[in-house]
Amino acid sequence: VSDSPAAPILGYLRGDGRVGIRDTVAVVYLVECARTVAEAIAAGWEDVHVIGFGGCYPNTYAQRMLEELCTHPNVGAAVLVSLGCEGFDREELAEVIEASGRPVTTLVIQDLGGTRATITRGRVWIEDLRASSARTRRVPMKLSDLVVGTICGGSDGTSGITANPVVGRVFDVLVAAGGTAVFEETGELIGCEHHMATRAITEALGREIEARVAKAAEYYTAMGHGSFSPGNAEGGLTTLEEKALGAYSKSGSGPIHGVVTPGQRIPGPGLYLLDVVPDGPPRWGFPNINDNAEIAELIACGAHVVLFTTGRGSVVGSAVSPVIKICANPETYRRMSDDMDLDAGRILEGRATIGEVADELIDAIHWTAAGRPTASERLGHREFVLTYKTSEPAGPACLPTAR
Amino acid sequence: MSGQPPLPPGGGARRDERVAPTLLLLADGDDVLIAACDLRPGPHLASSGEDVLVTEPVQLGHKVAARTIAAGASVVRCGVPIGSASTDIERGAWVHTHNLMSDYLATFAHRGGQR
Repeated sequence: VSDSPAAPILGYLRGDGRVGIRDTVAVVYLVECARTVAEAIAAGWEDVHVIGFGGCYPNTYAQRMLEELCTHPNVGAAVLVSLGCEGFDREELAEVIEASGRPVTTLVIQDLGGTRATITRGRVWIEDLRASSARTRRVPMKLSDLVVGTICGGSDGTSGITANPVVGRVFDVLVAAGGTAVFEETGELIGCEHHMATRAITEALGREIEARVAKAAEYYTAMGHGSFSPGNAEGGLTTLEEKALGAYSKSGSGPIHGVVTPGQRIPGPGLYLLDVVPDGPPRWGFPNINDNAEIAELIACGAHVVLFTTGRGSVVGSAVSPVIKICANPETYRRMSDDMDLDAGRILEGRATIGEVADELIDAIHWTAAGRPTASERLGHREFVLTYKTSEPAGPACLPTAR
Repeated sequence: MSGQPPLPPGGGARRDERVAPTLLLLADGDDVLIAACDLRPGPHLASSGEDVLVTEPVQLGHKVAARTIAAGASVVRCGVPIGSASTDIERGAWVHTHNLMSDYLATFAHRGGQR
């Protein structure tokens, strides 16, 4: 990978040694009842993002997700907003953040005297933090230091022949240069499991991949609904396996180094599959209610930036990490170019090659890491979704390179 | 499937509407072709070099049968099965939820996937 663009990448060095490409304060609601207060605390600041969990009853997965998101390299400090009577373990979350060297405060609405008092406390804390703390240390970063995630959303018949192969090409380049890439959605890879297994660096990992896709097929069969939306069909995709074939091309052609589950940090360089489907019998309803639930999971695995391919035209971004949008469909791009970072639909019209758009995407990743806002950042998109799930960290067979 | 994408039509050359293929063959032996733009019924050039008589309107990104496909037969796109024909499909016909079904899970769509 040539670090050719002029701007150097100067990352934000955290107390735990992780290096981010954004310097965000996370305001975290620990139950839906605290969300409006959290949003009011963050209002008006571009670099203060709201994340949180709506449920009143505790969930191990949600706890791990918020711990990993609050200690993400792109996050420099956190404000936890609790109503007071919810089940979330706020003390544990605050301890994990504090141990990572990040400033953290916990505001309990019932103790502080309600909405207004809590909003004021939160905003004053953030202003004081900025006034008092020394500037976060900046350190040089290379493209290969980034963890890059990918997702497709609003897929159509063009996704699998333009934008997704572009991401696959970029993943091949990044991983060959010592970088880290993660693709996801075992449920959207149904039908590709045997081919994926042949790319696994060990036979045991290959068997794990096949078992995890089989789990996804069982889970979706029990739900009566796969990861397939009416818009996918309107865009020309007929079956789940046809969508999977297109989605799979985002993973490129290189060896697969491991499988992780949501909130499990990627252990080292290479190409990883994120298994987003819950473990155990179906529970808590539909597992990934929309694209942002999966984006949050990629970020909780450490993704500094997420490559989002879309044919129908998704507009979303995310809290915590920038999202780069690669539009697969030339007609969609003409209609929605404001929301897109790259036009891969040119490939379909013979106006660019996959290699050319892949080079543009590597440049876009570089500029994004150097601080240039993506289309969704400019438009203020900071979606965030976190719901109940049963999901355990993947074991040693899934991570043959981990020590 | 190697993850290697098919070549785009036109190859970056200046486009001539009369000869640029509007149906993409993603891999040799595929049962379906992909519409590179919205197509009207009539003859259309495929990237394989063949002319295909498209029998109904087909939107960008949708599929056209490259050959006659018997009910129950596996349907291959980009070298990989994407389901089975639920009825006999004539060459040049639109291939979608009305004549192709998943071998894994039923497809859920508004109005059968039509606009």
